[in-house]
Amino acid sequence: MKTNGNLNYGHQTGSNEKVVDKDSILLDHGSGGLASQKLVSDIFLSQLDNPFLAGLEDSAVLGKIEGRVVFTTDSYVVDPLFFPGGDIGSLSVHGTINDLAMRGARPICLSLGCIIEEGFSMADLKRIAASIAGACRESGVVIATGDTKVVPRGKGDGIYLNTSGVGSVPEDLTVSTSLARPGDKIILSGTMADHGIAILTSRTGLTMEGDFRSDSQPLHFMVGELCESLAGNLHSLRDPTRGGVATSLCEIASSSRVGIIIEESALPVRSQTRGACEILGLEPLYLANEGKCLVIIREEKAELALEIMRNRLEGRDAVIIGSVTEGPEGRVEMITGIGGRRLIAPLAGEPLPRIC
Amino acid sequence: MCLAVPMRVIEIEGVEGDFSTLAKALVEGEGVRREVRLDIIDRWPEIGDYVIVHAGFALHALTAGEAEESLRLLRQIAGNTDQRDTEDPV
Amino acid sequence: MEIKDALSGIDDDSLVKDLLKRLKDELQGYPSSLRFMEVCGTHTMSVFRHGLRSLLPDKIDLLAGPGCPVCVTSAGQVDAILDLACLNGVRVATFGDLYRVPGSQGSLALASASGGKVDIVYSPVDALQLAKNNPSEFVVFLGVGFETTIPGVAATVREAAGSKIDNFAVFSAHKTMPPALDALFTDDASRIDGLLCPGHVSAIIGACAYKPLADKYEFPCVVAGFEPADILQGLIMLVRQKKRGIASVENAYSRVVSWQGNKSALEMIDSVFQVCDTAWRGLGVIPASGLAVRPEFASYNAQKRLNVEEKMVSEPPGCLCGSILKGESVPAACPLFGRTCTPVNPVGPCMVSSEGSCAAYHRYGGVDRKS
Repeated sequence: MKTNGNLNYGHQTGSNEKVVDKDSILLDHGSGGLASQKLVSDIFLSQLDNPFLAGLEDSAVLGKIEGRVVFTTDSYVVDPLFFPGGDIGSLSVHGTINDLAMRGARPICLSLGCIIEEGFSMADLKRIAASIAGACRESGVVIATGDTKVVPRGKGDGIYLNTSGVGSVPEDLTVSTSLARPGDKIILSGTMADHGIAILTSRTGLTMEGDFRSDSQPLHFMVGELCESLAGNLHSLRDPTRGGVATSLCEIASSSRVGIIIEESALPVRSQTRGACEILGLEPLYLANEGKCLVIIREEKAELALEIMRNRLEGRDAVIIGSVTEGPEGRVEMITGIGGRRLIAPLAGEPLPRIC
Repeated sequence: MCLAVPMRVIEIEGVEGDFSTLAKALVEGEGVRREVRLDIIDRWPEIGDYVIVHAGFALHALTAGEAEESLRLLRQIAGNTDQRDTEDPV
Repeated sequence: MEIKDALSGIDDDSLVKDLLKRLKDELQGYPSSLRFMEVCGTHTMSVFRHGLRSLLPDKIDLLAGPGCPVCVTSAGQVDAILDLACLNGVRVATFGDLYRVPGSQGSLALASASGGKVDIVYSPVDALQLAKNNPSEFVVFLGVGFETTIPGVAATVREAAGSKIDNFAVFSAHKTMPPALDALFTDDASRIDGLLCPGHVSAIIGACAYKPLADKYEFPCVVAGFEPADILQGLIMLVRQKKRGIASVENAYSRVVSWQGNKSALEMIDSVFQVCDTAWRGLGVIPASGLAVRPEFASYNAQKRLNVEEKMVSEPPGCLCGSILKGESVPAACPLFGRTCTPVNPVGPCMVSSEGSCAAYHRYGGVDRKS
């Protein structure tokens, strides 16, 4: 997830007062010398302790992997770094695990690259490392290799993370956004736009009170169960992150060369999320999710898939939102709540709150 | 233009006609709360009234009764003499 | 659904179906088709978002007029805003709507990429707060909008003056609706059969504001709200007037709009702003349709304080935004539409704003576009 970090939402104080915090990241921490070693061992090794990392080798030897190897990478520049329901650390683990899971893969390990701005708070870094460690534990993956660099103050926005992920998928399982077929059902694993709204409303200029919470969570356990029970009937998986459900559906329709039709009345949205969207003039269909997936499955197996998903916490609100049609190719349409039809186009640019 | 949403008044800060302090209200809709300004509202609201909010300012206050009245009018125009409409003789 | 407690039922599909049927019944026997214009971007959005156009009877053609304040902000004004954003020590605060609107030199997005400081705010009050938090910077709030938005900006200027905040000013590109509507039809009013008047602008100026238009151009004016049912009610009332051959002002949004409007908001506008001529994108300069900061508040007038001038800029060649805003053309008729002018790379303002006619047609069109 790469939330646009350049846009200001009236939240930066830009005060000229300088406060010396003796517990800050210094350029020395990225020098590769003793200060770097101390940072790595104090902050990262202590939290992420595992046999791959322990030797501090240049790279990790993973050994034999059964099935086909799946490989992905993603960078995380979210603003703010800490938000209701998560932070950049847990997000960087969940996001990459989910990217692996969307190809039906079982995640094995991740890499972790940190680019930290000089002056970043040591306490915040500890908090982020602990969050990464916690997310790894819950997800059953390890950070197998890592790297830390420090850039001069003003050359970065606090901290950027990159995680790459390795997973494996059985020889006979292929899920792809190009495999949706006419007649397939489309399941959404839960409510839309919770991450997007949690981020927007935690930018001070747009503050409103409400129980907003990012949906950041790993999906590979649920997806694993789906793959196990429904392999062959499961055609496509997609996590609708930036661009939201609308943009993901457009991508599936275009790469599978099919049409898609969804029902507005079926789309799950939490009432707080809907309320915030109405105030900000945004559509939930276009806002980011970080713990939801679209499942495209043969019609006959849709109910079974729903049952499997609803048995898990991360899929308890799963619903069928529509179906795949013959076309026209790439066209996504919605039957609106009042029975009208409208075309759903991909997101053009960063969704901005509007008042007009 | 002009996106504006109805929200319910939860708290009021300030007194009608007193311009020495900023008059504000805490409003709520769908579990979302926000502070809005009352500087330009057409009628001083009561707790529980709805206000129409645009860009952080309440423009207009209406009671639940007024909202229901407009719905009744809509139904009348639709020729939808609904059983909920008690004024209509059956 | 607390927000709609009192209105629960307004989005009932059975109510909408009944209203649609009523509209069709009213049209029975009416000899010709009817072209109505709405002049409110939120109407445009609501119509497209709900797919309402796909449900309307063929006899009704609903045009989108100059109802989006972002769309009508002139290229010269946008260029002046870009100049401001690039001044050292200046930070501009804007509604998100204006962020991607192109002038002749680029947009605020580009100004930000070039090192200008641009903040997105939800309310002018947030811009003032930004000034309070950043005493070493000069914060300029970009005042775009119609009568709905202007009173809040005026109240913010009054607050800044009252608390003697010196590093804050407003760039007023505000516009008022009635003079523009008058200018729109003055050469030819026969293009439309009736006007669906903007609900939230009318909450401030009152339904009475359309009386001179209805009298002068002899078409019906109906103020309408924004739920599909509200819009349908407005259309039904317009058709009924046409059938009776009358041209009066009616209010289909009485829960929010009164005949006289919001007196305290109008007084607030008048206390801070005075009427001036202003340029509208595609329509040119319309006399007495703009608002400038009054001399009493000169230190809150960004144009004066920072010495920025609006330039005369010609429209991009080929762009039909002006004629689309007047209801003379549809987006599909524009040679740039969908080719060089797309939501990702907008040429004209009607493509930029999510409310703009071209953006809306591009996004939702195809399914529900009839022409």
